[in-house]
Formats: sequence, structure tokens, C-alpha cells
Amino acid sequence: MACASVEIVDAAAAIAELRELSTQIQTIVVCGRNGALLSASVQDAAAARIAEAAVSLADGADQVRADLGREALAQLQAATPDGSVFVVCDGDRMAVATTGSDPTIGLVFYDLKTLLRQIAEGNGAAADGAVANGAAVAEEDGDGAA
Amino acid sequence: MARRKLVVPVVIGAGSFLGTVLYRRRSVRNRTRLDVYFDDGSMVSLAAGSPDADRLMPHAEAVLAAAGEAG
Repeated sequence: MACASVEIVDAAAAIAELRELSTQIQTIVVCGRNGALLSASVQDAAAARIAEAAVSLADGADQVRADLGREALAQLQAATPDGSVFVVCDGDRMAVATTGSDPTIGLVFYDLKTLLRQIAEGNGAAADGAVANGAAVAEEDGDGAA
Repeated sequence: MARRKLVVPVVIGAGSFLGTVLYRRRSVRNRTRLDVYFDDGSMVSLAAGSPDADRLMPHAEAVLAAAGEAG
């Protein structure tokens, strides 16, 4: 079984790569902790429903965390005879995936964490690029003015 | 004697059927759970039938249903 590699890519490309590599993950949705959709392997309407239910699931798990006095919620797996739901949290972003029954749990969590890291690095690189471009533009403006 | 010959297999068959049903019901219940992991590396497993799992599993089923509809 293959795992997603760590490269700087955008969310849609990262999801497409993971869907290609993983034989277990059936659906992937990346959204904010507030349910705002970032990218998904399914159409927007279905992705929004998945994100909404996943946010409720994560909020409920966070309530359990608060009741137990534990540290922040990192990830969860809801297993049913029909399949499993995986949620991995990374700051204000979370990745949601569905699999069939009896998945390789550690591998799915690893793939989702890698996915979130790729997206975070992609966003960081895009922000760095924008800053670099802005600096270059400012420099050119400066040269032109001189 | 002939009646006893008939009753014994029927009782064994009924017992096997009942055992299979109970085993299957138990294994399905054991496969339904919610595992929650925290930042410090600890984990809590909420088994089906616990109040927290019963409150949260419908959300997981909603995710699976939406994913199933999306195909």
C-alpha cells in the first residue's frame, strides 16, 4: 500500500493524488473547523453535507475531550459495520475521509495528516510567493522611480 | 425412539442458529465504536451503547450516507 508523499501542492491536486494512491479511502473532504469547504473528492453539495456532519462529529468529540479534561482533539475514527469515518484536525482545518469496513487505521490517519501538511505547505508557499512577488514589484517600482 | 431421533437434530440445529445470531449481533456491536485521539497522544474508545457514542454516531452515519450518495 502506498502513502502520499510530501510535496508542495494545492488542495485539489493533493486530494487527487491521495485518491490515486490509497486503495482504502473512498471519499475525502478538507474543510475548516467551521465547516467551510476547502476542497473535496466529491461534488460540492455532497461535500458540504459531509463537512457539516463531520463538524458536528468533531464538536461532539471536543465536548467529550472537555468533559474528560484532556488536551486538544487531534483525530478520531468512527467505525461502523458499513464503513469508517476519519477526521484529522490541524489548527482551524480538518480532513475528513470515509473508508470501507476494517481499514488500516494507522495508514489512513497518516495519509490524512500528510494531506493536511501538503495543503498547509502549499498555502505557505503561495503566501511566500505572493510576498516575494510583492517585494519584486516594489523593487521594480523603486528602480523605476530612481 | 423415532421421535427422539427427530428431536435431537432439531434441538442442535436451533441451538446453532441461535448461537450464530447472538454471535453476529455481538460482533456487529463490537465493530461500532468511536475512537477519539488527543494532542497528548492519549485515546478514548467509546463503545456502541455508551451515551457519548450514541450521541455522536448518528453524525458519523450521516457522513457515510452523504459519501454513499455521492458515489
